[in-house]
Amino acid sequence: MFKLDAEALCGALAESMRPHVTAKTCLVGIHTGGVWLAQRLHADLNLRQPLGSIDVSFYRDDYGTKGLHPQPQRSEIPFDVVGAHIIIVDDVLYTGRTTRAALNELFDYGRPAKVDLAVLVDRGGRELPIAPRFCAHVLDGPLPANQSLQLERCPEGTLSLRLANA
Amino acid sequence: MKIAIRNGRLVDPAHDMDAPRAIFIADGKIVAHGAAPDGFTPDRDIDASGLVVAPGLIDVAARLREPGFEYRATLESEMEAAMAGGVTSLAIPPDTDPVLDEPGLVEMLCYRAKKLNRAHIYPVGALTIGLQGQRLSEMAELVEAGCVAFSQANVPIVDTNVLLRAMEYAATFGFRVWLQPMAPFLARGGVAHDGEVATRLGLPGIPVAAETVALFTHLQLAQLTGARLHVTRLSSAAGLSLIEQARADGADVTCDVSINHLHLSEMDIGYFNPNCHLIPPLRSQRDRDALRQGLKDGRINALCSDHTPVDDDGKQAPFSESEAGATGLELLLPLTLKWGQECRLSLKDTLSRVTADAARIVGITKAGHLAVGARADLCLFDPGAWTTVNRATLRSQGKNSPFLGLELPGRVRYTIVEGQVMFAAEA
Amino acid sequence: MPSSRNPQLNRHGQLQHLLTLDGLPRDILTAILDIAAPFTEVAEREVKKLPLLRGKSVFNLFFENSTRTRTTFEIAAKRLSADVINLNVSTSSTKKGETLLDTVDNLCAMQADMFVVRHEASGAPFLIAQHLLATGRDHIHVVNAGDGRHAHPTQGLLDMYTIRHYKGGFEHLSVGIVGDVQHSRVARSQIAALTTLGVPDVRVIGPKTLLPTDVERMGVRVCHDIREGLRDVDVVMMLRLQNERMNGALLPTAQEYYKVWGLTAEKLALAKPDAIVMHPGPMNRGVEIDSAVADGAQAVILDQVTFGIAVRMAVMSMLAGQ
Repeated sequence: MFKLDAEALCGALAESMRPHVTAKTCLVGIHTGGVWLAQRLHADLNLRQPLGSIDVSFYRDDYGTKGLHPQPQRSEIPFDVVGAHIIIVDDVLYTGRTTRAALNELFDYGRPAKVDLAVLVDRGGRELPIAPRFCAHVLDGPLPANQSLQLERCPEGTLSLRLANA
Repeated sequence: MKIAIRNGRLVDPAHDMDAPRAIFIADGKIVAHGAAPDGFTPDRDIDASGLVVAPGLIDVAARLREPGFEYRATLESEMEAAMAGGVTSLAIPPDTDPVLDEPGLVEMLCYRAKKLNRAHIYPVGALTIGLQGQRLSEMAELVEAGCVAFSQANVPIVDTNVLLRAMEYAATFGFRVWLQPMAPFLARGGVAHDGEVATRLGLPGIPVAAETVALFTHLQLAQLTGARLHVTRLSSAAGLSLIEQARADGADVTCDVSINHLHLSEMDIGYFNPNCHLIPPLRSQRDRDALRQGLKDGRINALCSDHTPVDDDGKQAPFSESEAGATGLELLLPLTLKWGQECRLSLKDTLSRVTADAARIVGITKAGHLAVGARADLCLFDPGAWTTVNRATLRSQGKNSPFLGLELPGRVRYTIVEGQVMFAAEA
Repeated sequence: MPSSRNPQLNRHGQLQHLLTLDGLPRDILTAILDIAAPFTEVAEREVKKLPLLRGKSVFNLFFENSTRTRTTFEIAAKRLSADVINLNVSTSSTKKGETLLDTVDNLCAMQADMFVVRHEASGAPFLIAQHLLATGRDHIHVVNAGDGRHAHPTQGLLDMYTIRHYKGGFEHLSVGIVGDVQHSRVARSQIAALTTLGVPDVRVIGPKTLLPTDVERMGVRVCHDIREGLRDVDVVMMLRLQNERMNGALLPTAQEYYKVWGLTAEKLALAKPDAIVMHPGPMNRGVEIDSAVADGAQAVILDQVTFGIAVRMAVMSMLAGQ
């Protein structure tokens, strides 16, 4: 029953963003799915600024209850954040907590001029006042909490979305 | 008070006896075995079915902490522990505060103990004043006051010339000299056996050589002076070999080992368990095995508790800063039985190490055995009952046992001292 | 007293305290190093702070003075947004007869979340951890910042991090540890970590007076000849020689020590050409190490300091999130 073509959505997302990006626009992907997506968008949109990546493990608000992610990745922001136009890229938008964590982390690098959010799929279930500026697909109704929706990448680089029981 | 003890298994190592037999007590003495004497009407009848009837245990080393360390234990608390442990005679090391170097002090201690009317005590006097290893104590007077031997407890004499003189002086009177072999400079600062565990845990070590070097000195001086040497708390296989060599050369030397060193090794320190901080230190498993074998075949003469109650403040400190010692009066019987079972020794031979053999070392003749006419000091225990060592049930004020949590065989049911039932436990 | 179980792991095998590296499972060691990696980057940001320990109180409980170690823990805790309280207990309460555990109880009453403990007696942090366990305060964590001669686990970890950074792994390495192993908590932690991580050839190098009894049982090879010991090693780990050991019954003089055991360019030439030289600091130049080596291209001593902060951040955030 679940049929979402990640490749097609990816193309649609790039097209929706194209009118709004400039040579100075910077992309920052959130580990892990968001980074794959950001790499694709970075190429499709022909962006000149180096691509950034963020692992929000150190900024998560559930650290006190769930502890540290066992293998956090290094965040890399290879451009000057101060005064930049930044688009945070994530694969699936859910509660909004990851986005909040990414914003907090980003601001520890400096004060950007503007930050937007681009996601492939909005699965509903928001717990914070966060909305994407660019979104390729919104699910008809919110996905139950016991299900997870994740971007996957096969060895050849093709992207797909997978629905699983969490 | 007349007591009849029937249906028990009488075990008297001194007389090579292990048989079901009744025993009768009157006026503090054993008056008959088997059949009651004519006209004997007991005030108390004890049914000893399933129990071993043995001589009260003799502990070659038990610190009662009086005088001077009453916050750790008192004569009252430790006498209760002795009674609960079936121990009816105790040799007391001189490291009290003040030390047992004055006849008046020894008399006072004996008087206090007698008034309590529990275990008999046999003070071991200080060999030198204040255990300081400089001036000799008044040995003749101390013996008159009640001392049975002279020792330095855990405090070695640094000046070997003083040691030589002290042994000569003791030998003049034929007094026994009990010495713990510990070369002071080699042991200085050490808190654990200088081996794998101390290396891993970064604990300052005490090499086996601290024992052998001192022991060699003691044996040589004993031979030179003719002193009657008893080596206390042997801890190593090498130490035992030295004693064997000396005996082969004709030396008349005895030695003992503690229940701790018989059952534990350096490995039991685990993660800095301060209850395993002991003097001498727990050594390797190979050493422990040698001590077990030595005690089994009689090369080691006696087993003792080396009872050393320490309060929690003294133990709740980092290992090297904690006070050394373990409580043990109540564990002497169970740990003796456990050792005997593990090395498949008969009950009679097992008990000998804490009765007849110990009596010989302390110089006790009227107890430690069950002959007619002997002082009626008895221990009746259930050899098949097991009990778990825990803080709540230990009567000693010191709860510092490396055996906490362990299940051990043998439960004392009655302790009789000079014909009086001083301890009785429910079945 | 529950001394038979190592209290640093909880019932689920997770790290509850960091007390020693000896016996710590390999996957936990590796996890700490993995987590430390992204922390190294925090120092390069405008805001050098992460929110992980926000609202937590970390007590630096130093019964033995060490400004250096205390400072690195302080920086690590502050970069994690913790409130840091420094206590030099050697100069305060224990002098008044308060016991170690009294001090701990008092600080627990001040809502401590973590103790970073330095003590001159081996095992002191174990005593504290066992006490917290026995009194039902297992939400408080203990980090051993060096106890007697026993362990200095965060130093051992930062050394492993440094080795992995430069050598990529542990499986084929030869490592020489030179100097006073006997009195060194650093050496014990290094040996435990190196052997657990699978280094096949660990050598301890020094005179008999400075090598502990039965040290081979810890999985190392003993070399009394430094030239033999350094031959073809990938990593040289120098140990600090304490002043009080230099003249006496352990060693005749610092001069003789330098001559026989000091790391000079000439001795270092025996190691592999790409060997790295490490030292836990502070160095005694001209005693255990020659300045030309300490400041030379193969020395990674200052990197150790930098990595040390990331490793301590990793340890603290792993514990506090448990």
